[in-house]
Formats: sequence, C-alpha cells, structure tokens
Amino acid sequence: MSNIPANLKYASSHEWLRAEGDGIYTVGITEHAQELLGDMVFVELPEVGESVAQGDDVAVAESVKAASDIYAPVSGEIVAVNDALSDSPELVNSSPYEDGWMFKIKIADEAELGSLLDAAGYQSAIDEA
Amino acid sequence: MAQKTVLHASHLAAGAKMVDFFGWEMPINYGSQIEEHHAVRQDAGMFDVSHMTIVDLTGANTRNFLRYLLANDVVKLTTLGKALYSGMLNSAGGVIDDLIVYFLQEDFFRLVVNSATREKDLAHINAEAKAFNVTVTERPEFAMIAVQGPNAKAKVATLLTAGQQAAVAGMKPFFGVQAGDLFIATTGYTGEDGYEIALPNEQAADFWQQLLNAGVKPCGLGARDTLRLEAGMNLYGQDMDESVSPLAANMGWTIAWEPSDRNFIGRTALEQAKAAGTAKLVGLVMEQKGVLRHGQKVITAAGEGEITSGTFSPTLGFSIALARVPAATGDTAEVDIRGKLVPVKVVKPAFVRMGKKLV
Repeated sequence: MSNIPANLKYASSHEWLRAEGDGIYTVGITEHAQELLGDMVFVELPEVGESVAQGDDVAVAESVKAASDIYAPVSGEIVAVNDALSDSPELVNSSPYEDGWMFKIKIADEAELGSLLDAAGYQSAIDEA
Repeated sequence: MAQKTVLHASHLAAGAKMVDFFGWEMPINYGSQIEEHHAVRQDAGMFDVSHMTIVDLTGANTRNFLRYLLANDVVKLTTLGKALYSGMLNSAGGVIDDLIVYFLQEDFFRLVVNSATREKDLAHINAEAKAFNVTVTERPEFAMIAVQGPNAKAKVATLLTAGQQAAVAGMKPFFGVQAGDLFIATTGYTGEDGYEIALPNEQAADFWQQLLNAGVKPCGLGARDTLRLEAGMNLYGQDMDESVSPLAANMGWTIAWEPSDRNFIGRTALEQAKAAGTAKLVGLVMEQKGVLRHGQKVITAAGEGEITSGTFSPTLGFSIALARVPAATGDTAEVDIRGKLVPVKVVKPAFVRMGKKLV
C-alpha cells in the first residue's frame, strides 16, 4: 500500500502538489508513480521562469523501465527546480514527497486547485486503475 | 492462471515485485533493480531461472540429430560436459530459438531453451527427432538458479560437498557437470563469472535460502536484462525471432559453415542470405542524458535501422542499445528519441564483460 499524505493535492496523472505559501506550490510524483516506474535514471526538469499551462508536459522522468511525462498540475510560472535530481535521480524513488520534489510553480489561478484530487480521491483513482 | 516456479514463496519472502513473464509470475526486482545489477558486477547475485526449459535428448543418434537441428555444429563438443551456444533455425533461416547444448554422454545431450518459446521449441524438436530415433524428454522436475558475479563461485562453494567441489574444481567456462543432485554449469547471461545450477524442485527453496545466507543477493528480471544487454547478449523475441536471420542478429559466429557438406535446417536459406547480404546488429552508445529504448528509429548515412534492445547501463552510467542497422553503417548514427534526433556512437555489441568496461 502506497503512502499518500493527506496534506497534499494530487493529479490523476500521479503528480502531487504542496502549498508553500504566497501562491507557490511544490510539485513531485507520488510514491505509487515511482513504484510503477522503478529505479529513476534521469529527470529532465523545466527551465526556471518558464510559463506553463495546466496539463502541459513540463518534465520527463526516465526510469530503467520507461520515459514518463510529468504534467503541470496547475498553470503558472516555474520558480525553482530541484537541481539535486541531476546527480541523484534516485531521490525520486527514496523520497518522493520530500527530497525527490521536481519543481516549484507560482500558481496563476487558484481556482485550478479545485480540479485536483485530495488523498482519498487519489487513492480511489489508483485503486480503479 | 500464471505458472509459478518452486521458488515463488522465496521471492515473496524476499520482498519481490512480481510480474507476468510469458505466463510465469516472476520477480522483476526485490526493491532496486540497479542495486541488484551492481551486486552481480561487484559481488554475487542470483536469479531464479526455473521457468527455462530443460530438454534431454537421448539415443545413439543424438549427435547426428543435433548436427542437423542446430546451426552450430556439435562436432565441436569433444570433451564431456562441454557446452555450445547455437541458434535453432527454421528452413527459411529464421531463428526459432537460441539455446545452449551440453554434451553429457555420447548418447545423451541436454538442451536449455527459452521459456517463452517452450511449446514451439518442443513441437519442432519432437517433429525433427523422429527420423533420428532420438528420445526427447522435458525435465520440469528441475528448478534452476543462476548465481553470477566475481564472488559467485566462492559463495556457492561454501554450500557444496567435498565431492561437488572436486567436480567443479578448475572447470572452464561453458561446461556442465552432474555433481550429486546438482547439475552445475559455468554458463550465464550476465557477462560475469558464475554458475547456472539445475537441481530437483524439492531442494530448490532450501538451496536458495543457503545462498541468501552465504550473502548472495536475489536479483530479478530487470537486472537480468540490463546485465545481459551490457554483456551484448541477445534476448530472444526482442533482438531476433523467426523473421530474423542470425546473420542480422550478431549470431554469425554461431553458424558452423564447415564442413560444407553438413546439412542443417536453414542452411540453404542462410547461404542465400549471406550472398545477398543482411543488415547487422550493432551496439549504440549515447553519453548524453536520456535512455535508448526498444523500437526507436536509428538514422544512419546508409539508411534507417531500429533499436532492438535499449537501456540505461548502470555500470557505465549512460545509455546503451542493440540496434539492427544497414550493413554499411559507419561509426556514428542518430536516434529518434521522442521526436528529437540524438547523436550516438556505433560500437561492437558488447559493453561490459567480467566487470570491465569495453566502451
């Protein structure tokens, strides 16, 4: 059974989103997603300053098994990326919700948060899959 | 209903993630595929390969039968226990399967064939064996464990009786010997030293546990694939199949053309393919970020090709692949990775052997 922290928001495409205040949100992929992908070997991150729309593919997680697109769970501007992943992509496996975060986004429209899932909603989404 | 090997419970106890592998429920990893890979390159790892098919051939005419059945020539097997790798071809010169044959007695040879091809292999072997009066016996009562890595033999030795140790002492690569209940072979699919050990099903779980206790790390199909790819070894169904000539699958070295009067299945088609020329299987190396994958298109000055197997190489730290490309391909090419053309080096299809980087 995967860990799905209750304080995060989720996209059905397996990204999580954590509020950091001031409209900044940290994004990563869930424990369930990294389990599906297996050992991570490269993570390609977006550019800081890039403007993205909800649902855009903004990053790529390459594991031993497959290359997987990571989608922006909300629209906004990328304000930080996790540079540690270039040398240590395995952080996505070992610490998906903390050290393995991927990017921070300054949200353009808070209303988009309403389209995301809470922990229970994400749990049912992966149970059905 | 998926088939299970006798080690199924041992895998679950070791925390394996199980997947379907051509009808068998097998471990893909026990946590980290990359750690398992490194264990085999640096120490010792073990794989449950009980799903593979052991077929014993007996009868006075067995050697003649195999000289007809296989593209490689068992006439090379002059020492008891010696093994040979060969393609088993159809009459069109395509690869039905690749296998290892062991010379155990003049009237007794053992084949180890792939599990995904079991049914068609047995049908083909049985059909062809009739004319030679050779008895074909599958041996499902044996489990098989591959123990691989620089320390594999030393760790296995701690489990062996004095008699078994004597039986394997000084055994060269590509030999097999029956030592008590164990059939111990110096073969493998990782490019490292080690054994493949066939043993009675009822002893397998205990033997596995003893190997665990001796410090041998359980490894899944994921690591098995990255190890064999680093070693430049083909995977049947991916790097070659019935539609592919062994000449286009880096298996030319396994075809025994001489003596020219030896008739083997596929010979005529193979001679025609050789005269006409075929594509070739090469290695690709990509040192920038990204991972080469099966099915990606390869663009060369001589025309297009395709990646048959691609992966991230844990030993090298970058991506490698096997690719089928036009014969005139030079030492560079480009690969279409998700719409982007990325330059790659073209090399001989072997990347890591015996712990040493070859590229």
